[in-house]
Amino acid sequence: MNLSKILKNAFLVVVFGLIVTACATKKSVKTTTESSTTTKAAETQKADPIEKLDALMQGDVYIGSDTVGELASGVPDRVFFATNETILTTASRETLRKQAAWLRQNSDVTVVVEGHADERGTREYNLALGERRANAAKDYLMTYGVSSDRIKVLSYGKERPVDSGSNPLSWSKNRRSVTVKAN
Amino acid sequence: MRKNLFLIIFFYVILKPSISFSLVEIDITRGNLDPLPISVSPFFSDETSKEKIKKNLEIDNLGLEISKVIESNLKKTGLFDTLDKESFLQKPDIAHLKPRFEDWALIKSQVLITGKVTSKIINEKDYINVEFKLWDILGGKMVDGLSLTTTPRSWRRIGHKISDKIYERLTGESGYFDTRIIYVAEEGPKTQRVKKLALMDQDGFNTKYITLGNELVLTPRFNPADDKIITYMSYFRNDPRVYIVNLQTGDRKVVGDFRGMTFAPRFSPDGRKLIMSLAKDGNSEIWVRDLETNIQEKLTDHPSIDTSPSYSPDGKYITFNSDRSGYQQIYVMRSDGSKVKRISFGKGIYGTPVWSPRGDLIAFTKLHKGKFFIGVMRTDGSGERLLTENFYQEAPSWSPNGRIIIFYRETKTDDKGQGFSAKLWSIDLTGYNERLVSTETDASDPSWSSLLRN
Repeated sequence: MNLSKILKNAFLVVVFGLIVTACATKKSVKTTTESSTTTKAAETQKADPIEKLDALMQGDVYIGSDTVGELASGVPDRVFFATNETILTTASRETLRKQAAWLRQNSDVTVVVEGHADERGTREYNLALGERRANAAKDYLMTYGVSSDRIKVLSYGKERPVDSGSNPLSWSKNRRSVTVKAN
Repeated sequence: MRKNLFLIIFFYVILKPSISFSLVEIDITRGNLDPLPISVSPFFSDETSKEKIKKNLEIDNLGLEISKVIESNLKKTGLFDTLDKESFLQKPDIAHLKPRFEDWALIKSQVLITGKVTSKIINEKDYINVEFKLWDILGGKMVDGLSLTTTPRSWRRIGHKISDKIYERLTGESGYFDTRIIYVAEEGPKTQRVKKLALMDQDGFNTKYITLGNELVLTPRFNPADDKIITYMSYFRNDPRVYIVNLQTGDRKVVGDFRGMTFAPRFSPDGRKLIMSLAKDGNSEIWVRDLETNIQEKLTDHPSIDTSPSYSPDGKYITFNSDRSGYQQIYVMRSDGSKVKRISFGKGIYGTPVWSPRGDLIAFTKLHKGKFFIGVMRTDGSGERLLTENFYQEAPSWSPNGRIIIFYRETKTDDKGQGFSAKLWSIDLTGYNERLVSTETDASDPSWSSLLRN
């Protein structure tokens, strides 16, 4: 973001703030002005990267579709995690149920669940964390009827990022477990 | 790889005058406030030796090269101010015989190193003999000396051994120059790094690659009791396991027969045991394996992640990190797994504890407010001191004398995800003298050897 844009945003926020304050005291006056300014402020914010980030991350879990491949047609291959977490989100569970359903239909397929961490942790801890994430996914697949001998778990820790960026969005894409066909 | 890696060095001390510690002494506990001015005169050779060495090594003036190795070692400690050879008034051979102390005092040198290199034949094989003397300029006398014989090819090690002798004599601490560093050499894009095990002298020379880069390798560590043995983790055949390798023979074997992933290996101080983590069914625990009896035992028993174990130098305790409190913190337990005690209580996340070879400190990595720190604390967790702060750094490893910590640092990439690099850095325990450790490629996961045995 360049300086003029920052100033512009700051200016809008100030203007908005003034209007709100003004409205708090004189409620009946200038309601139309207020709403039009608010719309303008919201529009400016939409172009802001922060706003874009909100559409791609929920908390710090990635919810976008970039980097997501398919295990089979219509079956996403990966799920994402919050920092230091191994908990499966609602969206992750949905993805894993799709994977389980497909695996039940294709009973000759075996898979490797690869667990990954972002670069913001020590190497050895991340190996353990990746293993934990992969097992969280594996356990869920097993709950939905995939037998454990069809699922191998492999942790890569932070060794195989998909996104080489050093920012929260990149890190969120890297905190993942990916189900890969093994045969 | 292996045969030429470890050339035998014979050495014997011949010059050992009775010494009284004179004015020349350095307090290394205070950082590099006032480096000691020292002159390292080029070592000299007679013409016959010179020619023979030139034939063997293709080096014109080996004596000069050895003096440069010493100079570079001493300079990098931050404790010495190595004076410019251009300013030396006396010829190397005459100075070695008996320096004119006034000449050296004139250029403000307090210590002078002189030496001689001679070629020798033992059992019809070529050797070199290097003799050195350490002179106290103000006291006007020789205070130490040494004579070493080796095969011509390991001439740099002579320079390191002499550096160690000088360091020991002037600081009262044991040296760390005749040592090696094993690390992971890295190449290629961040998303697809190729990693190889690499071994080099402490000063970055004589790099040898131990693996080819066909499989991912991580966290190599020396056996503190035998510098020819290392342990590391490899993804050979996509089956991540801990291995032990004999660098001399190339013999490699997997450690133990575990279901699950083994990682984070480290030897016990006597080299007879290996501690590591085993990750299985979503849980990582610390195990120990006796390398002689092959008996293995689980030391921790907790549903959290327990990893990065490191022995105390007496072998009685193990420090490790665990997230049993909710976040990664440092713990200490007895080496049988009993009496687990958390020791890190500061703000932030703590990991990779490594016990100092002196036993009194634990080095660690800390993450706090988005920054990574390398720090030290006492073994009860008190006296935390952060030595360096950066975007990303971790994996401290101690020099064998416990004065320096080596670690690796990664750079932040730009908006396009470009500009990633990983490098080795070192810093004094005092927090001074932070230095880039030169490596041929990008590098990570350094482990410092003990002083080499032979």
